[in-house]
Amino acid sequence: MGVGMKQMVVAQGLTYEYHIRDEQGKVEQTEQALKSINLSIEKGQFVAILGHNGSGKSTLAKHMNALLFPTGGTLWIKGMDTQDEDKLWDIRQSAGMVFQNPDNQIIATIVEEDVAFGPENLGISSPEIRKRVDDSLRAVQMTEYQGHAPHLLSGGQKQRVAIAGVLAMKPECIILDEPTAMLDPSGRKEVLDTVYQLNQKEKITTILITHYMEEVIRAHRVIVMEQGEIVMDGTPKEIFKQVEVLKQLGLDVPQVTELAYMLRKEGIPISDEILTIEEMVESLCQLKQK
Amino acid sequence: MSAKTKIIELNKVSHLYSAGTPFEKEALKDINLSIYQGEFVGIIGHTGSGKSTLMQHFNGLLKPTSGTVLFKGKDIHHEEVNKKTIRQKIGLVFQYPEHQLFEMTIFEDVAFGPKNMGLSEEEIKQRVEESLKIVGIGPELYEKSPFELSGGQKRRVAIAGVVAMQPEVLILDEPTAGLDPRGRDEILAEIQNLHETLGITIILVSHSMEDIARFVDRLIVMHRGDVAFDGTPKEVFLHVKELEQIGLAVPQITYLMHQLKARGFNVPLDVLTIEEAVQVIRSQVGIQK
Repeated sequence: MGVGMKQMVVAQGLTYEYHIRDEQGKVEQTEQALKSINLSIEKGQFVAILGHNGSGKSTLAKHMNALLFPTGGTLWIKGMDTQDEDKLWDIRQSAGMVFQNPDNQIIATIVEEDVAFGPENLGISSPEIRKRVDDSLRAVQMTEYQGHAPHLLSGGQKQRVAIAGVLAMKPECIILDEPTAMLDPSGRKEVLDTVYQLNQKEKITTILITHYMEEVIRAHRVIVMEQGEIVMDGTPKEIFKQVEVLKQLGLDVPQVTELAYMLRKEGIPISDEILTIEEMVESLCQLKQK
Repeated sequence: MSAKTKIIELNKVSHLYSAGTPFEKEALKDINLSIYQGEFVGIIGHTGSGKSTLMQHFNGLLKPTSGTVLFKGKDIHHEEVNKKTIRQKIGLVFQYPEHQLFEMTIFEDVAFGPKNMGLSEEEIKQRVEESLKIVGIGPELYEKSPFELSGGQKRRVAIAGVVAMQPEVLILDEPTAGLDPRGRDEILAEIQNLHETLGITIILVSHSMEDIARFVDRLIVMHRGDVAFDGTPKEVFLHVKELEQIGLAVPQITYLMHQLKARGFNVPLDVLTIEEAVQVIRSQVGIQK
């Protein structure tokens, strides 16, 4: 498999092993968190990764940001091998990462200073930094808070500041590891809307790890991981059709998808590709007319 | 209704943070609220609505700036009332409780609370075993380090540590945050089990409207330090517009019912769960079974 220019992420036989040691430091057990993964993600795609805790999805995400390195196989980000030490900073700048807890990611005492932190470390000119900070805050709709103290913001606002900080590095790819797990419903919606918009408008390749099934129905592609392997890969409709398989993997489907599944079991002939409330309403209207 | 006994009672409770400074903030405003024995109460509210402040008043971690908090009719801040006993009777499980695990073994971690109560070795052993059994952690894990467990298991051990104090009221602040769907369902099943088999009064703070809809029999909505709604989930979730205005939502199934109604279906609007929706829709599309 060649590494073309269209690909943002390419993994070939990507394996990650770690050792569990006893008190004397001797290796007691060797675990494989990633088992020979082959994966290719095109530039501009919005990919969601699902899987229960311990399935390997966060380990995979950390490889994409060169926080972890393969113990076997190779991972290329924009054609750069993550094990090439000379490319480390290029990789981290190309693929920015947003984590679960906003409080662990914000370091400055004023919002705009926090966003400026990354570009300042790149050694670029002040006018350029100013422009990047303004553009990034505008993209996440936080301009009016630029002079505020981050600790007084809501969870959703903090998380949007964290995303702006990544944007200011002008990445081509953003990896988000459960960015909404600690937020209330309105905060969750703010962050999700921001992330989808950035993908559509700025064409930033987006990789979203989440446990909320409703958050992935707008993605281009859904990948399901289990025990360090990719076990499902397809469009949201293709994946969520397989209600029973997902349940066996300890995962969920959106509520209306589950409702459609239960209605079909009751003998009601309704589509198995329903992911949204609107689709459910349309299907039921058609059924009623018959 | 008349048979219900008040277990916690808040009378005109107000709470000011940073009182007398320019940052003064009224986190609770003149709250009157009673929690009854054996209830399963849900509390929802936007971040900053006052729900965490309210929770910490329930077991005396915070003292009201004015007003009183009663536990079984007694003011918990009265000088003759033992705070330690109050916190045993009203157990509080914080967000991400697994961050508070610290002992070498699971058994020792759960035993920490009962040990501080000065109980006999025999009694401690019995309580630890019972609590771990309730949360579904088997004896084969007793001597393991809590840090070897999965996220869901760790959290269940943390809950067992509070259950071992044999509380009469258990308050849980977002017990399912950050868990995967299986871990979430396990925790919620354990909580329901505690409510049903031991009759413990449960107060559950959650951001998940779907979880709230499935489990609680009373729902309190906090907004700007005030109780905005208080009723059964079916009653409260009828207020779709008002809830959205204060940054909350209703379960997805309830939204579906509103849209179906708008399209001419004859459906009730107080449907909250998938199971109810199946019945309602079956009657609408005319397939009998």
